Amino acid sequence: MKTVRSMVLVSNDPLSQARGAQAVYQRLEQEIAARGLTDEISLMTVDDVGRHDTVPMVIVYPEAVIYGPVKPDDVAMLVEEHLYKGRIASGLLAPARELTGRIAWLSARKGTLPAEQRIVLERAGLIDPESIEDYIIHDGYVALGKVLTQMKPTDVIAELEQSGLQGRGGAGFPTGLKWKFVSKAPGDRKYVICNADESEPGTFKDRLVLEGDPHTILEAMTIAAYAVGASEGYIYVRGEYVLAQQRLKKAIEQARALNLLGENIFGSAFSFDIHVHAGAGAYICGEETALIESIEGKRGEPRSRPPYPTTHGLWGKPTLVNNVETLANITAIIRNGAAWFRKFGTPKSPGTKVYTILGNVNVTGLIEVPMGITLREVIAIYGKGMKNGSSLSLAQTGGSSGSIIPASLQDTPMDFESFGKAGVSLGSGALLICDDTTCVVDLAKVLLNFFRNESCGKCTPCRIGTERAYQILANICEGTGTRNDLAQLTMLADSLTALSNCGLGQTAATPIRDMFKHFSGEVDAHIQLKVCPAGVCSMSGRRL
Amino acid sequence: MADLINVYINEVLVSVPKGTVIVDAAKKLGVNIPVFCYHPKLKPVGMCRMCLVEVGRRKIDRATGQPLLDANNQPEIAWGLKLETGCTTPIEEGMQVRTQNEVVKKAQKDVLEFLLTSHPLDCPVCDKGGECPLQNLTLQFGPGTTRFDYNDKQHLDKHYPLGDIIFLDKERCIQCARCIRFQDEVADDRVLGFYERGRTMQIDTLSEPGFDSKFSGNTTDICPVGALTTRDFRFRARPWEMTHVPSICTHCAVGCNLTLGTRRSARDRQWEILRVMPRQNEDVNEIWICDKGRFGHHFTRSQARLTTPLVRKNGQLAEATWDEAIKLVAERLNVVYGHVVGFIGDRVSNEDAYLFGKLFREGVKTTRIANRPHVAGADLVQKYGVGSGTNLGALGKGTVVLIVAGDVEETAPVYMLRLRAAAQRGAKLIVANARETKMDRYAANSLRYKVGTETQLVYGLLNAVNQGSGIRDQVAAYTPAKVAEITGVPEAEITAAGKLIAEAKDLIVVFGDEQPYDIMVNGQYTDAGRALPQACANLVVATGHAGKANNGLLSLWPHNNTQGVFDMLAANGAQWTPADGLKALYIVGSDPIGEGQTLPKSEFTIVQELFLTETAKQADVVLPALSFAERDGTFTNAERRVQRYYKAIAPLGQARADWEIIRMVGEQLGLKWTHYLTSEGVMAEIAATVPQYSGTEYAALAQVTEAWPPVGSNDLYFGGTAYDNRGGVGVQIKSGVELDGQSEMNWIEPPVPSAESTLHVRQLNRHGTLIDQSAVYQPRLIDAPIEPAQVLKGA
Repeated sequence: MKTVRSMVLVSNDPLSQARGAQAVYQRLEQEIAARGLTDEISLMTVDDVGRHDTVPMVIVYPEAVIYGPVKPDDVAMLVEEHLYKGRIASGLLAPARELTGRIAWLSARKGTLPAEQRIVLERAGLIDPESIEDYIIHDGYVALGKVLTQMKPTDVIAELEQSGLQGRGGAGFPTGLKWKFVSKAPGDRKYVICNADESEPGTFKDRLVLEGDPHTILEAMTIAAYAVGASEGYIYVRGEYVLAQQRLKKAIEQARALNLLGENIFGSAFSFDIHVHAGAGAYICGEETALIESIEGKRGEPRSRPPYPTTHGLWGKPTLVNNVETLANITAIIRNGAAWFRKFGTPKSPGTKVYTILGNVNVTGLIEVPMGITLREVIAIYGKGMKNGSSLSLAQTGGSSGSIIPASLQDTPMDFESFGKAGVSLGSGALLICDDTTCVVDLAKVLLNFFRNESCGKCTPCRIGTERAYQILANICEGTGTRNDLAQLTMLADSLTALSNCGLGQTAATPIRDMFKHFSGEVDAHIQLKVCPAGVCSMSGRRL
Repeated sequence: MADLINVYINEVLVSVPKGTVIVDAAKKLGVNIPVFCYHPKLKPVGMCRMCLVEVGRRKIDRATGQPLLDANNQPEIAWGLKLETGCTTPIEEGMQVRTQNEVVKKAQKDVLEFLLTSHPLDCPVCDKGGECPLQNLTLQFGPGTTRFDYNDKQHLDKHYPLGDIIFLDKERCIQCARCIRFQDEVADDRVLGFYERGRTMQIDTLSEPGFDSKFSGNTTDICPVGALTTRDFRFRARPWEMTHVPSICTHCAVGCNLTLGTRRSARDRQWEILRVMPRQNEDVNEIWICDKGRFGHHFTRSQARLTTPLVRKNGQLAEATWDEAIKLVAERLNVVYGHVVGFIGDRVSNEDAYLFGKLFREGVKTTRIANRPHVAGADLVQKYGVGSGTNLGALGKGTVVLIVAGDVEETAPVYMLRLRAAAQRGAKLIVANARETKMDRYAANSLRYKVGTETQLVYGLLNAVNQGSGIRDQVAAYTPAKVAEITGVPEAEITAAGKLIAEAKDLIVVFGDEQPYDIMVNGQYTDAGRALPQACANLVVATGHAGKANNGLLSLWPHNNTQGVFDMLAANGAQWTPADGLKALYIVGSDPIGEGQTLPKSEFTIVQELFLTETAKQADVVLPALSFAERDGTFTNAERRVQRYYKAIAPLGQARADWEIIRMVGEQLGLKWTHYLTSEGVMAEIAATVPQYSGTEYAALAQVTEAWPPVGSNDLYFGGTAYDNRGGVGVQIKSGVELDGQSEMNWIEPPVPSAESTLHVRQLNRHGTLIDQSAVYQPRLIDAPIEPAQVLKGA
């Protein structure tokens, strides 16, 4: 087993490639070899890390030092200084900058996040995701071994039910119950699908798992397949997640080579294999039945339910569909037991939740914390406060299909139960934190624009209603909204929720409803005074 | 009916079979739950959301599994939190459905309002206006006003050609996907699909050439708005201007029921056919027809039609009066007394053929009448054909259909739809042909034999079934191993197909004439031509499947009345004898010269025709006949269902019905035929004198039965009024075995193909005298066989 002293990442997004990342990588490889450091240093490329001003970048761990832009000729000096002599090559350091995105989390993570509790992300960032040995050394495939050698399928489901794990895709359906449904559904063939079509704007929690710890998904899917009696699995990965797809495929090959996938796993009678299926950019394919249609080679359109996928899923067979984050909890639960899992979070929402923090806070990024943390805590501890000392005006939880909440709800514990009572959606875990420079009407308009573009068009209310709602919101933003428009918008929101076929249409009304519920003053200002309090909307007087 | 389930629709109890969806259950009670995307012939998808209803289910005690009861001892009902789509939700025992309360009404209004805000509302110029589900449902369920601005409409292409015949109006389309689903689920030509998504989602064709399907016209019928229109009918009439007349399609032997939409033109006061629509007959064509049937009606009003009798004078055909022409015909027939041969085509009606046979028997005193030499085995089908009560739409598990030497899609397109659906319901198809056909897609066994070895294959199957008492010795030689060697079909496949046949509860053997052999030589059927029909008959008899409903022979006859004409001639004892001493020819509805054959030499030739065909050009007297749309009559289809058609448009010029011309000739010859006043009178005599045709009087043929699903008529949402069957569903006559209980097997030695044997391939869209008159259909027509030559050659 290889252990490394340092991990060197070379940014490999399209812009970095255009600016010579490939050459930098090759020079690094040569220089590291020339110094005989190949065994001590792990060199790999990393997909878009969210910073483009200093590409190509070379990031060295564990120090989390970012160099950039790095030219091939700089590499010799960099290797000499940092990797050989252990000194930071200050001349090559990327200019200090307000960091955003994943870099912010990467650079901020060391020693600064005491309350984080990592279950889902227990290995992400710590192991070499392309090495199954590294995964195994970090307790990998222990859970699968335990399941296959010591547990009956019913035991696995019972353990899961006791753990109280709820689906992390947004709806919070009890995972153990879902597994039970599939296991009890009659059928000679069953399927397990991992929903990795993470398309919710502002959400990248699954990506980190897929790119940083792909084997945990494979292991969890295999356990799930054993529990429900499935023989084949699909991972439906968002098309843009190229690196995730590569790593998953590589991980599958490695697992097959060690007979951790395929025929007679662990020498047992149980066989299971997994395919990776790339999405093609449609948001709707994150909806489980649309996802299933897409795998079947059809147009990505949600089916009408019932029947549910648990009985009539892929190719009409019983199918278990779980989100990446849900699956990433499984191995830890099996290894440590349900009681251990219940120590985290709240009694009714055990476990942790991965949040992506975005918006007007000082530090954006990704955290995994126990269920029940409040928004105020997230902003204070992890966001390092609001940017420029501004105050929280509103937040959107759960991506575009989530809720818009006012500052008054920032002390509500973020768990399924409390949020459910407050009528707020926990959704995908994206937290878009906005100060008073954000106009709620504009935000709703942007969201409805997203929905009208992403509506698959299958059902009438969503196809036409999202378009109509967008037009009305756009008019309000242009200062030409009327009282009648508001009445229409209210009716539209009700119709969308009541009549639409799937979650997209039903939740497309949430921003509108939340806007009216919490921010009627702002809306009134747009209509009556023709003023946008946040100064965002153009109020041009045009009418679409 | 097994497994009836009780549900309450608006508090009224109805019992329906398990698996019925709410919309259909309500329909049984006469309760209309409005739909757009749902169609009873297609799988439900729940797209349009028009059928949302409130659904309550019984509360079940988890401990006992029994329903919880309230104070009045009634089951407690848990009403759903959300409305459910009535088209996708199957009924459950004790379910309660509310279709009329305020919540549901609001949902219906909302959906209609959504649809109408994006619909152009160009009803004044829309083909569908007057029989439009969107109009109907808006009137009954819609909001009186809209809350949205009118200027929000999208402006899109209104004349987008999907293919050569079908146009899409993108503004009118409500994205219900009925057309896509019809093409996918019924026609299995997956040539339509959605492009884009959300509000910009539009139908488009996926094929090149566009909308490449033989069934494309059906999508215009089931389109719930005027989005799909045909090049033939668009903008030509409002539906309510037309008179709808029941008719029968004359382009193949399926005998699809049609409704002819006719109108008397204000311009030239001529009656014309504006539109052909399917007429619902669940026993024949359900609600589908092929494009040839839909667009092939223009010959009825062709400028090239004969309108007056023609008589040869000074070597030229010149116009003459009926009196003159008939007198001349009778005079010459009297002179040549007995030395006459008759040719009659298999497109004419039963009445025409019967009277023609009778004219020869009684008037001309000869029995030398030739049916047109197209196919062999009509006598066997008369005897062992599918039993009365057969309905291809009812076939399912336990049924085996063997299809030999025929391309069902090209010869009888609607049978392809029916047999495919049967396969989906669980019937097993064994498809045996020398080349690949569309039916292979649905086959349990696909047997690909060498050209010309079909008869041997049938005997191989019979051998595998291990029966055939009457011809046991001969069949014994055709072991699967030997047949595998002859035909090139693997032995295991023959055995497997034989096993299917042996286990079949019902067996239908469909045979065509895609063979390399001449069926008729010098007026006699050849053994080579008769071998396959005889083998198929032997198979049916040997396995005990003759003379029962849903069992027996079904031939892919080339024309609409092949069977009926054979039956009528046989009833008159007609037969062919070699034409020595021949002095006159009497040809009705047939063009042998145009088809490349030579006529026997004669002194005098009489031709009854619609057009001045190559044969007619050689005639001494040409008598103008009427097309099917201008007269009454009956046809007998391949399933031996006698069906009646009605006069739809006024006759062209002085043309007369074939039977009427024959009657005039008969009377002129001195026969007392004055009682044949109408074709009904002729049919009454047929019903009285031809045993198999008893019970086929016009009144009986005009009987209709209640059909499910109910389309047309007063129905609000399953498409136009023209589906409604007011002309009768016809009568399926008994097979010979059913009448006399006698069956026997005969042996005809299977012919052996030579290396030069070339397959006779039938194609629906080949050029022909009638179809060539339809300008709209020209792009579809082809000259030559599509298959590469080498496929067609023998071993």
